[in-house]
Amino acid sequence: MNLYLPIAEISVNILVLIGMGAAVGFLSGMFGVGGGFLITPLLIFYNVPPAVAVATGANQVIASSFSGALAHYKRGTIDLKLGGVLLLGGAVGSVAGVALFTLLRRIGQLDLVVSLLYVIFLGGVGGLMLVESIQSMRRVSGGGSGEFRRSGKHNWVHGLPLKMRFQRSKLYVSVIPVLGLGFLIGILAAIMGVGGGFIMVPALIYLLRVPTNVVIGTSLFQIIFTAAVTTVLQAATNFTIDIVLAFLLMLGGVVGAQFGAAAGRRLRGDQLRALLALLVLAVGLRLGFELVITPTEFYSISSPTGE
Amino acid sequence: MTGRQRTRTHSLSPSSGGIAAALMVIVALLGPARAQQVESFEIGLSTNEIAITSDFTGARLVVFGALDNADARLLRQQRYDIVVALVGPRRPVVVRKKERTLGIWINRGSETFNASPESYALASTRPLSDITRESLRVSLSLGIDDLRLNIRDPETVGAAMATEPVGQVIIGESAVDGEGDAVVNRDQYASALRRIRMESGLYNQSFGSVEFVSPTLFRADLRLPADLPVGRHTVRAYLFRSGVFIRGDSERLVVVKTGLESLIDDFATRYGFLYGLFAVALAIFTGWFGRIVFKRD
Repeated sequence: MNLYLPIAEISVNILVLIGMGAAVGFLSGMFGVGGGFLITPLLIFYNVPPAVAVATGANQVIASSFSGALAHYKRGTIDLKLGGVLLLGGAVGSVAGVALFTLLRRIGQLDLVVSLLYVIFLGGVGGLMLVESIQSMRRVSGGGSGEFRRSGKHNWVHGLPLKMRFQRSKLYVSVIPVLGLGFLIGILAAIMGVGGGFIMVPALIYLLRVPTNVVIGTSLFQIIFTAAVTTVLQAATNFTIDIVLAFLLMLGGVVGAQFGAAAGRRLRGDQLRALLALLVLAVGLRLGFELVITPTEFYSISSPTGE
Repeated sequence: MTGRQRTRTHSLSPSSGGIAAALMVIVALLGPARAQQVESFEIGLSTNEIAITSDFTGARLVVFGALDNADARLLRQQRYDIVVALVGPRRPVVVRKKERTLGIWINRGSETFNASPESYALASTRPLSDITRESLRVSLSLGIDDLRLNIRDPETVGAAMATEPVGQVIIGESAVDGEGDAVVNRDQYASALRRIRMESGLYNQSFGSVEFVSPTLFRADLRLPADLPVGRHTVRAYLFRSGVFIRGDSERLVVVKTGLESLIDDFATRYGFLYGLFAVALAIFTGWFGRIVFKRD
């Protein structure tokens, strides 16, 4: 069942794309992440032009985040105020990110920067998660609970001015790191086509000391908006959103996420994190490999605007 | 040639129209005998528009043409050569070259060609090098190797893209491919461009694919690639006699895309902002719908 994608301008197999969406949806349901960081590289491996893969990835992320955020909203595990400040930073960040994206595309370095960012972030986050989860597993075998949280301890972030109170998160912190984090996630959403959950979640937990139960809901909530701003901007400036591609991925993703969530409940937290870490590292390595091996064709053609 | 000149001067003044007409008849009578043969050369297309759907996987385009009034002896000796080319819309491109830097491959050098045809399909009676000399091929922009990728005056690029010369005028694009010291380097990029487009089938040429079906009628088989670019294409035909270019003809061919995909593409380019909003709405709806279908919490 082949289908021609209008914006990506390639012919693809519908079932492969729905399957891809379902597989990533399954993982995202299982690990509670958006899955953008897996979708975009997979699309690139499937020969979708990187610019289209990135922009369409952002579009797909909206669907899975919205689905997830709805569930968290019903359970009351979203800190709307914290999410609001984060998305303020996120919106500004995504404007900057799309401008940067356009510039990189014009000078022909977009593909490189996308790959490099993936290698750095996936390698970094994957490595840290792997180390952390292995330590946690050791603690379990040593008789501990497996979960750890250094609550009450303060770091440099809590010394910054312009403090604000976030009741639900039981936090009283400066808005600077919150806005800054949102801004960074916005840029990443635009350039990498990710929701940024894989950076947002650890940053909220370890940097801002947000309680774990509201972290995922709040992260998903702000990602919806950052990804939405990114999608509209990409569509208006770079014409790189492929709605047909995005829809096929969403379709698979929404279904896959449900089964993933059920599967996730049967695994222990540290095991889940170790598995996710290995997956993240594998994708990062694969992309890094592409940068190093000698290409078969040294030359490439593009239009002056990068299309 | 004096007769012809006089004709022209006379025809400028309306009062001497009669004399001019008389002289023209004489010229017409004398012409063929003096300047050997005046071949008439024309091509025809069955349609001026090709609509391709998204599942288009390439096609053949057959161009018929007539060569009348040819010298029968030369025709027998196969001294006439015909080349037919379909030249795609000219658009600017950037060719980049990757180099290993700090262990990874990065785009370093780049060259811009301001008016390279997006596609090029050529059919000819014989290999181009047997038909005519290199310098003429270059000035005619004939064949993939000598295809012109640049037009000197950037101002005319837009015009050249919009209006490829039609009719008899097929020489006369003022153009160069690189100047001065950078020529060698630029040639690398130009040949890379030709090579990549040949590998993808966008540029192709085949020899022996123009055949005479009767002493005056010929047909040319052109190969259209699957990703034939949309826009204005020009079919150009060249007639050579003993290696000398004598006549040309050209026809315009417009390639359009049809179907849902092209509608989406069109909408996305024209109303990007609205399209983006729609994409967001679709994503939110899908996410919400998925929640309803699988109520698990």
